[in-house]
Amino acid sequence: MTVFDLNTDSVRNLNQQLHESPAASTAITNPCGRHCIACGIDADVDVSIDGHVGYYCAGMNKQANVTITGNAGPGVAENIMSGSVRIEGNASQYAGASGHGGTLIIHGDASARCGISMKGVDIVVAGDVGHMAAFMAQKGRLVVCGDAGDSLGDSLYEAYLYVRGKAGALGADCVEKEMTADHVRDLAQLLESAGIDADAGAFRRYGSARKLYNFNVDHADDY
Amino acid sequence: MCGIVGIYLKNEDLRPELGGLLAAMLVEMSDRGPDSAGIALYRDPVPDSSCKLTLHTADHYEWDDLRTEMAAHLGAAVKLDVHASHAVVIASADVTSVQDWLRTERPELRIMSAGSAIEIYKEKGLPREFVKQFKLHELNGSHALGHTRMATESAVTTEHSHPFSTGMDLCLVHNGSLSNHNRLRRTLRDEGVDIQTDNDSEVAAGYLMWRLREGDTLEAALDRALRDLDGFYTFAIGTKDGFAVLRDPIACKPAVMAETDDWVAMSSEFRAIAQLPGADAATIWEPRPATVYTWGH
Repeated sequence: MTVFDLNTDSVRNLNQQLHESPAASTAITNPCGRHCIACGIDADVDVSIDGHVGYYCAGMNKQANVTITGNAGPGVAENIMSGSVRIEGNASQYAGASGHGGTLIIHGDASARCGISMKGVDIVVAGDVGHMAAFMAQKGRLVVCGDAGDSLGDSLYEAYLYVRGKAGALGADCVEKEMTADHVRDLAQLLESAGIDADAGAFRRYGSARKLYNFNVDHADDY
Repeated sequence: MCGIVGIYLKNEDLRPELGGLLAAMLVEMSDRGPDSAGIALYRDPVPDSSCKLTLHTADHYEWDDLRTEMAAHLGAAVKLDVHASHAVVIASADVTSVQDWLRTERPELRIMSAGSAIEIYKEKGLPREFVKQFKLHELNGSHALGHTRMATESAVTTEHSHPFSTGMDLCLVHNGSLSNHNRLRRTLRDEGVDIQTDNDSEVAAGYLMWRLREGDTLEAALDRALRDLDGFYTFAIGTKDGFAVLRDPIACKPAVMAETDDWVAMSSEFRAIAQLPGADAATIWEPRPATVYTWGH
């Protein structure tokens, strides 16, 4: 295992090593809220970060499994492509924004705009999410074991949203949908693979009403 | 973009270190605001019969003459400490009479703060230069706010820097931008609120000054601000006893808070809080949108 102490070495050196010659396992200490830690990895390796990270940790992640023992600042796992990012604490705003694939697991809460414009990533939040979660989400699954804030799924395309607690006011074009046996099975598999202990049958499902997909000629006078 | 930091010491033994702790947080926020830096510091409250003011001038100034003249005119004991381009005046007189005398006799001086405990220092330039210039490591106190500015709405001058005084022992720092500040500035001037620059954050400070003057509590004034201020903001408001935090309902501008047995801190980013002793073991959370948080003793 390679150990990187960010009090004595730079984030730039760390990321360069993770890009050019990543060890099978890297442990990062003293993150102290620094930005862009473990960004842009494209290798099947394990990275653990002991502490709290700042903006854009594990952005654009491919293949790697990144674990953060503390909290994550804004934009964690932004544009994640594959692999996994696990946060043992809370995540700040726009966690997993525009993620294409892979899994983002947040053991605490996520704040505003979690999964904004997600394009295929699976996001599992053990706690609550703030307002505007999954705004303009196009593909993938957002699972919220706690409550979701207002404007959930605003201007949603085809992502699946599952909420176990209370959902605030739903966003434009977001509606509650039937939770079929297939959905329960699919969600149970996702929860299990994420290592989150929750009963899939206790969730409600939300999705797009698909009313914003096409221009509605009856509303022409409104513009 | 700007950086905000705030610290409130629960453990009184740490008071001699307040300036040093604040300096570390402020410098860590340099990337967010390299244009100017400023602090509001609360310490050594003067008795009710006295008042404390911070004055500023960009030019060389005969501060001793000011002290002698002020003492003679007001018939008061006047103590004056110079800190770079600023001076803290403590006078055994009513604050209104001191302010009136300064405005009439010394209009070239800017009154940065007034009250019993508050001192405000701010200046153009990098935070680390500011820290050196004002010898922050030598400053003690019970609590403090700091700001590093990256100007987006108005000029880079000392006058446009934060914190802005919002009344006796009150001040405001702001990360964000207000979109209705021009109209609001006109309204506030009609209400007799003195707003000196075209800075949007000064309008927010003036707004709070106006509401508090009209009898609102700080919490009520901030609740009302959610309705009347349009734009993006994380505000930290310094009070005689502590500080308050408010984020707009959209909450694009970051904020993080942390608490240990020794202190409560807030900042735009955790990396500023990480400079404080015991930060690793702190309880850390993100303040919710449109929610007023207050600390004090």
